Amino acid sequence: MNPAMETPEQIRDRLLARFPGAEISLVPNPAPGAQPSLCVGAAHLREAAVFLRDDDALRLDYCSNVTGIDWPKPGHLEVVYHLYSMALRHGPLVLRARTGNRADLVSLPSLTPVWRSCEFQEREVFDLYGVVFEGHPDLRRLLMWDEFKDFPMRKDYVEPPDYEWEPTAHDAVAAKAALQHPAAAAPSPAPSPEKT
Amino acid sequence: MIEASTDALLPSPGSRVRPVRDPFHGDLLEVSMGPHHPSTHGVFRMVATLDGETIVRLKPVFGYLHRNHEKLGESTTYLASMPYTDRLDYLCSMTNNWAYALAVERLIGQPVPERAEYVRVILAELTRLLNHTCLAGFLLQDCGASGTPLMYAFREREKILDLFESLSGSRMMCNYQRFGGCRVDPGAHWLAAASRVTEGYGRFLDEFEALLTGNEIMMARTQGVGPLSAKLAVAAGVTGPMLRAAGVAYDIRKVDGYGIYPRFNFRVPLGEHGDTYDRYMLRILEMRESIPILRQALAEIPAGPIMDPKARLRGLRPKAGESYGRIEGPKGEIGFYLVSDGTPNPYRYRVRPPSLINLTILEDLCLGRTIADAVIILGSVDIVLGEVDR
Repeated sequence: MNPAMETPEQIRDRLLARFPGAEISLVPNPAPGAQPSLCVGAAHLREAAVFLRDDDALRLDYCSNVTGIDWPKPGHLEVVYHLYSMALRHGPLVLRARTGNRADLVSLPSLTPVWRSCEFQEREVFDLYGVVFEGHPDLRRLLMWDEFKDFPMRKDYVEPPDYEWEPTAHDAVAAKAALQHPAAAAPSPAPSPEKT
Repeated sequence: MIEASTDALLPSPGSRVRPVRDPFHGDLLEVSMGPHHPSTHGVFRMVATLDGETIVRLKPVFGYLHRNHEKLGESTTYLASMPYTDRLDYLCSMTNNWAYALAVERLIGQPVPERAEYVRVILAELTRLLNHTCLAGFLLQDCGASGTPLMYAFREREKILDLFESLSGSRMMCNYQRFGGCRVDPGAHWLAAASRVTEGYGRFLDEFEALLTGNEIMMARTQGVGPLSAKLAVAAGVTGPMLRAAGVAYDIRKVDGYGIYPRFNFRVPLGEHGDTYDRYMLRILEMRESIPILRQALAEIPAGPIMDPKARLRGLRPKAGESYGRIEGPKGEIGFYLVSDGTPNPYRYRVRPPSLINLTILEDLCLGRTIADAVIILGSVDIVLGEVDR
């Protein structure tokens, strides 16, 4: 937004010069007037973040927003960081990191040691998406309760059958309730026709 | 079990401290405060560990008002999420609407007519007055000044809510902004009413400050309590009045210049100590700066359409892409991050909640203080649980 900041292309080139062999790519953003974002491999994510924060020309000292995104199609989870500089008043730079897959390779280095503002937001991404942040000081569920098992923001999350309950259940809700409470769903004996 | 020593049972020659043999001496006490405690401003809960009366550990517990707002946003169309944004920070529905509208407008490249930009500024500054007035009232309530300051704060809030009601049909759940403008035109009568409220507000603030700002008890309870350093504030992503009370000049109205804010001449007040008193004072000063913005906007507002006639609301299908829209809300940076995959529903709909992120440093501020101080520190952070838990 602010023309004073280097373009993501320049930042990528400087990061590659600083960390040779790092996996750093530009992700285009086709929205009108939007800038591409920087996707950094997990191996160099922490070092790249420290570089972005401490470099004199960038000084991205403020991590505004941490977002988890689930991509079942390519098959990975993604974490998006929106970085700004309060010192130099520019930004944003959009930084992304991707997990190996959605099942067992879901670890990413935590950026909470770099920007404290990630503390609760990374906990939220862990809570709702299941990304495990290595090196987070206190990685617990944030919004769901501790005993909760699943990750509700994933695209393939299926809500439990007792998710909805109505006093006079019908149709789809009644079918769900029957799965959960078969006894209650059994039909009551019909009134006998002799009685008037 | 606390046993008094036997010699304390003898008649005492004068006042003296009884020696106590306390088998629990040195143990820590864990106090769970909330989610039903009235001083937690909703269903917030904090688990404080006390050594005597001193807080040595404090962990916030969230989620009592969680309804997975972001999942709801993914399961409805772009337009249908607009009323849901009212329910985030329910004191500031107008600014929530604006931030969301801004994110969608950036996603699709939608221009906004001049008149609507002015109306947005007017409503955002009225919301700032409303929020800060309520905050000051609640903070004093937390200090123990039961009723009086809050009553005056709510009396003024009512005037602004009346304006919102006559404009949008609802006092709090305004659902007023649209992608490419605003829902209805305010009209001359409404603008005149808004002018009257604006002109009366400075007088109210004088009265309110006479009651509070120099108040000895208020100063004793808040000065030096919970100081926040500029370095920690920046690192922890604290935004809004809390950040500026810590002395960091970062106001998104100035930095981003979104909407038509560059046309307005206003100052950004800064705090010196970053303590609870500064956080209170900063809000008062911000309100004083909002009044000239309102005055200028109400004087300069041009005639014209309130909605871009080409704007598409129903059946909106943005092309694939992503955008982040943020504004300076009364509580800090309220932002919306949207990812579109070309379908009518957003692929990802993320709210950047200033209330939640400003709570990151709650433990740092409360360490070494008492529970009574933690209550007013929390009050000065200014949270709304609809936004914290989403």
